[in-house]
Amino acid sequence: MSEQILKISHLSKSFGKNEVLKDIDFSVNKGDVTSIIGASGSGKSTLLRCINLLETPSSGEIIYHGKNILESTKGIPEYRSHVGMVFQSFNLFNNMTVLQNCMVGQTKVLKRKKSEAKEIALKYLEKVGMLPYIDAKPRQISGGQKQRVAIARALAMNPEILLFDEPTSALDPEMVGEVLQVMKQLADEGMTMLVVTHEMAFARDVSNHVVYMNDGIICEEGTPDEVFGNPQKQETKDFLARFRNE
Amino acid sequence: MEVFQKLWSDIVKLIAEDGSRYLDGAWSTILLAVVATAAGCLIGFICGVIQTIPQSKSDSVFKKVILTVVKAVVRVYVEVFRGTPMILQAVFIFYGVPYFTSALSGGPVNLDMNLAAYLVVSINTGAYMAETVRGGILSIDPGQTEGAQAIGMNHVQTMLNVIIPQTMRNIMPQIGNNLIINIKDTSVMFIIGYTELFAVHKGIVGANYLYFPSAVVTMAVYLFMTVVCSVILRAIENKMDGPANYDVKTTDTLAQTSGTYNFPSRKAKGGKRS
Repeated sequence: MSEQILKISHLSKSFGKNEVLKDIDFSVNKGDVTSIIGASGSGKSTLLRCINLLETPSSGEIIYHGKNILESTKGIPEYRSHVGMVFQSFNLFNNMTVLQNCMVGQTKVLKRKKSEAKEIALKYLEKVGMLPYIDAKPRQISGGQKQRVAIARALAMNPEILLFDEPTSALDPEMVGEVLQVMKQLADEGMTMLVVTHEMAFARDVSNHVVYMNDGIICEEGTPDEVFGNPQKQETKDFLARFRNE
Repeated sequence: MEVFQKLWSDIVKLIAEDGSRYLDGAWSTILLAVVATAAGCLIGFICGVIQTIPQSKSDSVFKKVILTVVKAVVRVYVEVFRGTPMILQAVFIFYGVPYFTSALSGGPVNLDMNLAAYLVVSINTGAYMAETVRGGILSIDPGQTEGAQAIGMNHVQTMLNVIIPQTMRNIMPQIGNNLIINIKDTSVMFIIGYTELFAVHKGIVGANYLYFPSAVVTMAVYLFMTVVCSVILRAIENKMDGPANYDVKTTDTLAQTSGTYNFPSRKAKGGKRS
């Protein structure tokens, strides 16, 4: 078994009286591609946002390399720079060009030299096929292109683990493919990924671990073959049946 | 038509005799308006940024207390200087400061009139700008902040690199508004003896009783100044938007249907929104 990067234990999150996550336990090992699936409102995105501390968990522990990052707020920016995040709504910086988007984190957070940051940014922009557009502003490119830039921006920070929060949900159908292709390539190269997705084909074919969430708890988890091929729980069966019918 | 001929000859006479006084007045006005708007923007940015500092439960007690006090002070400042007439603020500060400094130093100490004028207009503009900047910061999509946080930026880095540049662009029309309002409203500074354009007008008509012709000249000069400022501000906005087009270096290999279309920018669409 490979090295454990992230371990979540007894994680709960409530918004007021509404308990969105209940006692979540799971872990991520190096090289894992984990897909989190489940109906809307089941807490998938909240779980991902808690892992990146965009939401503060109500209780529980997030252990990153043996250290509970919830103990103090001091190390949060540094931790986040190791945990990349790709958003549903891209969240590219509107005041910067594509290239600047991929450089600003490197120069300001990692304190890399400008020339070095540019080299790294260009490398990852090439990887996602966005090299031709380095001078464009986010408003000038399409959704699929924005998401690929967002992936390059996250990669340029050399994260240990990359979180994807429904990366294709805001895209037109014809642009979903180009983003999934980039994600598949990353998975093949051994990137550790945690993907909240509604793309069942991606979850089944690309990931090596699938987590099915229902109503704030992890209902079932296992390899894609186990979860998709032979689901144990009735909720999982119902959920997957709905997707097959579509 | 005779009346227009008379008006014209009066105007010519006014310009011939007092043209340089009008120019001096216009210069004082524009200088005061520009400097005070710039200073007001600075004050406004500082106040607006302070008011949007996030507070979290995990902050130390010390930080919580300091933040609460500072935010309260900013709030009071904004309410006081937004909620009272500038003409009164001028009197308040021009006579108020010496009231205390004289008592402290034992003799009469007067506040310099120019200094008082610059101070009052700056502070007044700052109070309005504080709310403008706060609104500008709040209007930026929270996703921008999340995007910045997700790559490890702290609050200061996020503000400096992502939020404030976008806020600056969005509130440019409001900064322009303030500049133009200041060009006109600095006229109330005559109350403490600052000789800007309106004071010049008052002085001139006091001597020659050409009330209407002088008003025409003064109106024209004010209008000229505000229109020129509008044009300059619009040019700055366009500059901030950057080029409407960009060069595609080669072809995009991943996108099949997208990637060849050059999305029109907001500017190119002819949209007037900002």
